[in-house]
Amino acid sequence: MNLRRLGAVMLKESRQLRRDRVTLAMIIGIPMILLLLFGYAINLKLRGLSAGVADQANTSASRALVMDMMATGVIAPKMAATTPQELTQALRRGQISLGIVIPPDFEARRFDGRDVAQVMVDGSDTVVQSAAMQLAQVPLDTAPIANTRPLELSPNPISVVSFYNPERRSAVNIVPGLIGVILTMTMVLFTAVAIVRERERGNMELLIATPVSRAELMVGKVAPYVVIGLLQTTLVLGLGVWLFRVPIAGRLIDVYAAAMLLILANLSLGLLISTRAKSQFQAMQMTFFVFLPSILLSGFMFPFSGMPPAAQWIAEVLPLTHFLRLIRGIVLRGAALMELWPDVLALAVFIAVMLSAAVLLFHKRLD
Amino acid sequence: MNDGVVNDPNIVIDARGVTRRFGDLVAVDAVNLTVRRAQVYGFLGPNGSGKSTMIRMLCGLLLPSAGSIQVLGLHIPAQADALRLRVGYMTQKFSLFEDLGVRENLEFLAAVQGLSRREAARRVEELLIEYDFADRQKQLAGTLSGGQKQRLALAGAVIHRPELLFLDEPTSAVDPESRRDFWDKLFDLADEGKTLLVSTHYMEEAERCHRLAILDHGRLVGDGTPAELIAKLDGRTLRVQAADLRRAREALSAAPEVAGVAQIGTALRVLTHTQASPQRLQTSLHDAGISADVQTTTPNLEDVFVAATGRSRRAGEMSP
Repeated sequence: MNLRRLGAVMLKESRQLRRDRVTLAMIIGIPMILLLLFGYAINLKLRGLSAGVADQANTSASRALVMDMMATGVIAPKMAATTPQELTQALRRGQISLGIVIPPDFEARRFDGRDVAQVMVDGSDTVVQSAAMQLAQVPLDTAPIANTRPLELSPNPISVVSFYNPERRSAVNIVPGLIGVILTMTMVLFTAVAIVRERERGNMELLIATPVSRAELMVGKVAPYVVIGLLQTTLVLGLGVWLFRVPIAGRLIDVYAAAMLLILANLSLGLLISTRAKSQFQAMQMTFFVFLPSILLSGFMFPFSGMPPAAQWIAEVLPLTHFLRLIRGIVLRGAALMELWPDVLALAVFIAVMLSAAVLLFHKRLD
Repeated sequence: MNDGVVNDPNIVIDARGVTRRFGDLVAVDAVNLTVRRAQVYGFLGPNGSGKSTMIRMLCGLLLPSAGSIQVLGLHIPAQADALRLRVGYMTQKFSLFEDLGVRENLEFLAAVQGLSRREAARRVEELLIEYDFADRQKQLAGTLSGGQKQRLALAGAVIHRPELLFLDEPTSAVDPESRRDFWDKLFDLADEGKTLLVSTHYMEEAERCHRLAILDHGRLVGDGTPAELIAKLDGRTLRVQAADLRRAREALSAAPEVAGVAQIGTALRVLTHTQASPQRLQTSLHDAGISADVQTTTPNLEDVFVAATGRSRRAGEMSP
């Protein structure tokens, strides 16, 4: 590889990028829009569900149970009732989303180990339902043998104890993942389109007729995007800390190292797409083939463990899945990058495979 | 024989039986070509005749389906990488970067072509002046006029002082005056000892070439100097004047000895398959009830083109 030629390709690419207003706007705009959307508007974890309570026992233990439930922040007391029927009515009218019934024989049930309370939920919204299921996990601190098992819910509710995010603030979980989503969306698209655009405009025919090598051309073209990817990471992270008070438990250098791995993985994938796509439109379509499964299967939107095995296999191939494990580990749990080495390795292998395939498939010929 | 190295240093391009197929379509069909040093060699042919495909194969950008190619003594496509250092290629479509300035484009090409920093700086200055861009250095290439774009593309193609230049229809989107200036530049380059292979579909450009190859449907249908090619048609071109040109033309088109008829001003220009006697044609027109005056006239390159391809004159009739 000739450094002068490589430098010339990089300089050319940066100059073109600087004049490409639409792309520049996307570099800043996509992270901002997604961050604000996911941070404020799309709230997958609920807080402040209006609740009604019918505490027919009214003992100190029953009141403590209700207070524990309120303390989670998931529910907000809206009405106090005396009978379960009142709650059912309020539920039907939509006045409350959730009702808690504590029967008069609460103490007796508690000692017998029977169900002590019932959580009634407006099941038409699955997100609300899952919030109720979690609420049903609130333990009774004074009675270790007793269990609050709701009558209307599954007898074995999935135990989702929000250990690192006790306040159930979604931004804490979403923002680190959003770095990955944004890098996946922009990095793959930018590189895929950057090369196909040259082919469409006829620049490629000129370039391949010069002594510039395949590696010089490809590395030179994607190198400026590495810088852009790191800028985007900084933007999302900065806004996340500033607007949503996301705590960064791990080391910043590990965060950037993880981001760098994902950037390189996505750039190599973009290069591979660019060798196959005939037009910019096709490159965009191919990008979407990767982007949609990444969003849906990586664990960004839905928990990974809940997916069927086939979906999990697909997810294991996607760089975003591994990045999410890395970034959540580093930012939320304070893990070091190398403690999470299996995902680092997976990303490294992905980069090596995609980059080799891209260089092999890129011919300095027109046929 | 075909694989032997061409020892004559004056032969720059030697192609034997070069064929290129795209699926069922034969874009270039068993073309033989010999181009000598310091010539301006023209490729004349209608659109889709295989000119671009042939040029791309000679540059090593397309693999030939059959045949052997030697350019500057190098076997193509095997030694295409070595060839890239020694040739310049100007694509049919403007292929410099429209979102880079004039100077930025040249600087990029200089670096990519392997010129050292100092050498590149000197060469770019030189070309900016020589190609008349001194006061437009910062202008984005996309905002240049058609003629300026072609001039810039040529400057880019010669930045590393190649021995051989391939130019694929360099003047297709350029006004006549810029075209003449452009061709003057090409001859300056030939005078410096460079060899140029230029494709075109303009007769007046083809006429200026030292030597000419005519392509039609991928086949080489004519090869020689313009004068040689024209001389072959001596006695086969006639000028017909008649009162009713339309009827005269119908009668001539139906005649078996006529290869092509076209209306030029108030007369018809007729090309025959073999040497034709004007008297006989006049008599046969007279027999058909058309009084006409038929005279032999000097052939030109357009007649050569019609004789070789046998169709463009008719196409010309469709759109006067």
